[in-house]
Amino acid sequence: MNQMKNFTKGFIKENPVFVLLLGMCPTLGVTSSAINGLGMGLATTFVLLMSNIVISAIKNVIPSKVKIPSFIVVIASLVTVVELVMQAYLPALYKSLGLFIPLIVVNCIVLGRAEAFASKNTLVSSAIDGLGMGLGFAFALTLLGAAREFLGSGKIFDIAIFPEDYGMLLFVLAPGAFIVLGYLIALINRMNKA
Amino acid sequence: MAQKESTFLNMTLTLFLVTLIAATILGFIYDLTKGDIALAKQKAQKEAIESVLPAFDTLGDSYKVLPEDATDSLEFFPAYDANQQLVGIAVKTFTKDGFSGLISIMAGLAPDGTVTGFEVLEHKETPGLGAKMNTWFKDESKPGQNIIGKSPATSKFEVSKDGGDVDAITASTITSRAFLDAIVRAYNTYKNNPDQQEISTNQLNEGGQS
Amino acid sequence: MEYIIIIISAIFVNNIVLNQFLGICPFLGVSKKISTAVGMTGAVTFVMVIATIVTYLIQVSILNPLGLQFLQTIFFILVIASLVQLVEIILKKVSPSLYQALGVFLPLITTNCAILGVAILTYQKEFNLMEGVVFAIANAIGFGLALVLFAGLREHLDLMNIPKGLKGTPIALIVAGILAMAFMGFSGLV
Repeated sequence: MNQMKNFTKGFIKENPVFVLLLGMCPTLGVTSSAINGLGMGLATTFVLLMSNIVISAIKNVIPSKVKIPSFIVVIASLVTVVELVMQAYLPALYKSLGLFIPLIVVNCIVLGRAEAFASKNTLVSSAIDGLGMGLGFAFALTLLGAAREFLGSGKIFDIAIFPEDYGMLLFVLAPGAFIVLGYLIALINRMNKA
Repeated sequence: MAQKESTFLNMTLTLFLVTLIAATILGFIYDLTKGDIALAKQKAQKEAIESVLPAFDTLGDSYKVLPEDATDSLEFFPAYDANQQLVGIAVKTFTKDGFSGLISIMAGLAPDGTVTGFEVLEHKETPGLGAKMNTWFKDESKPGQNIIGKSPATSKFEVSKDGGDVDAITASTITSRAFLDAIVRAYNTYKNNPDQQEISTNQLNEGGQS
Repeated sequence: MEYIIIIISAIFVNNIVLNQFLGICPFLGVSKKISTAVGMTGAVTFVMVIATIVTYLIQVSILNPLGLQFLQTIFFILVIASLVQLVEIILKKVSPSLYQALGVFLPLITTNCAILGVAILTYQKEFNLMEGVVFAIANAIGFGLALVLFAGLREHLDLMNIPKGLKGTPIALIVAGILAMAFMGFSGLV
């Protein structure tokens, strides 16, 4: 039961994007379509899950003063792994996510969870926390991406809902990212209160 | 949970070990994916070349040529049929005059310079304009805007607003102008550089005979 | 001429915050008051320029010759993290007054993706060292401009009558969106 709560908290109640406001750069930067949001979300989930596992496993052998640098090295290596694998097997996605892949390193969620959760909890709960938070992040990005894609070009996951000519291009561009996220957060706030 | 004490020795040692292990794992994965990354890049390029040229049998060695009016070189990919005859040449060309700067295009030219196809590879224009360029200038039902099968030698590759023969994309004159600039650059560089192309053809012919 | 294009492009056309979405965390986090926004900008400028120079030199003199480009991310982030620490220590000794002003912002900078982003972009855009420095300074100015403008708007927002559901972050994001829209007017400038 406890582990279940651990897992689900990332979706709405402690959603990293909508509630904790962490990792805003990729959230806004790559969500011009649902598929980009999902891709970025899953890449981050992988890094988050693995880094939580590794850090939880090595937490006792790392002296406290070099904790943060060691964590950063672990995270940066995992990000590089994702970068290389994506470049090899998903080149199209890699191209559209671009600079934001190496920037997962400085995504505050990853280091934040490592420091706040994985360095204090057991391996299993850290893994569950990482997976839950990651999927919550992916969920938020996909939702935002889908909303922007729908408003901007009348499509969701490339499936046409209404003709593209009626789309409001603004929502695919930079300002649309801020505005849609603003309204989504207002909506989630409202849901959490209810 | 007992945290380890932070002495200078164990701090240095831990950091060193962590970095060492990380670097080793990364080196291993890099080796593992290196081949596939190169393959994926090649495949993307080959697909672009195939989509802009008529059917061909083999690709010759690519070469780079510096156009007269620019500082970056264009890349040429000659393509041959089964009899080692040049069927066309794909040119990776670019322009810096787009609304937001660089546009990179793979253009296909027949040996006489007629445009056989093109594919926008990279651009920073308004989202959606890349796709629009890819369809607009290929629309055979609208001869005013179609450039396939035409050659800069016989028709004027400029937007009609500037007195040319090509209709610009509605409300995107600057992008259209830049697009045509890139195609004309590919054509001019190809035409001004027949030697290079001949060398390349000869080399391949000799290779074919031996 | 080249430099002017880099500067205008980085500050207005491709503004690092409003168009590239880098450094959003401090953009939303420390923009409640103009004075803190100015302090943050100072710290970011400082670290961004030094980090760009150091990472550039590492890239060119260590990673490229050894064919270790894939270690870029890990090297760059380590350089930035240690640089921030170093700057903090030096500043504390050399100029306590400047440290007083910037001190609180320094630790936050390690996770500011604008720094790592600019360092990687400098390499990706194939700038030379001088262009890289100009690019870093221009981006820092662009960051500061967006931050100060936004802080000014938010100070006014506090006095406004805002629908209850939109109070706080939502309205801030929507205002940022409108600011980004204003910056779109610069596109096509270079």
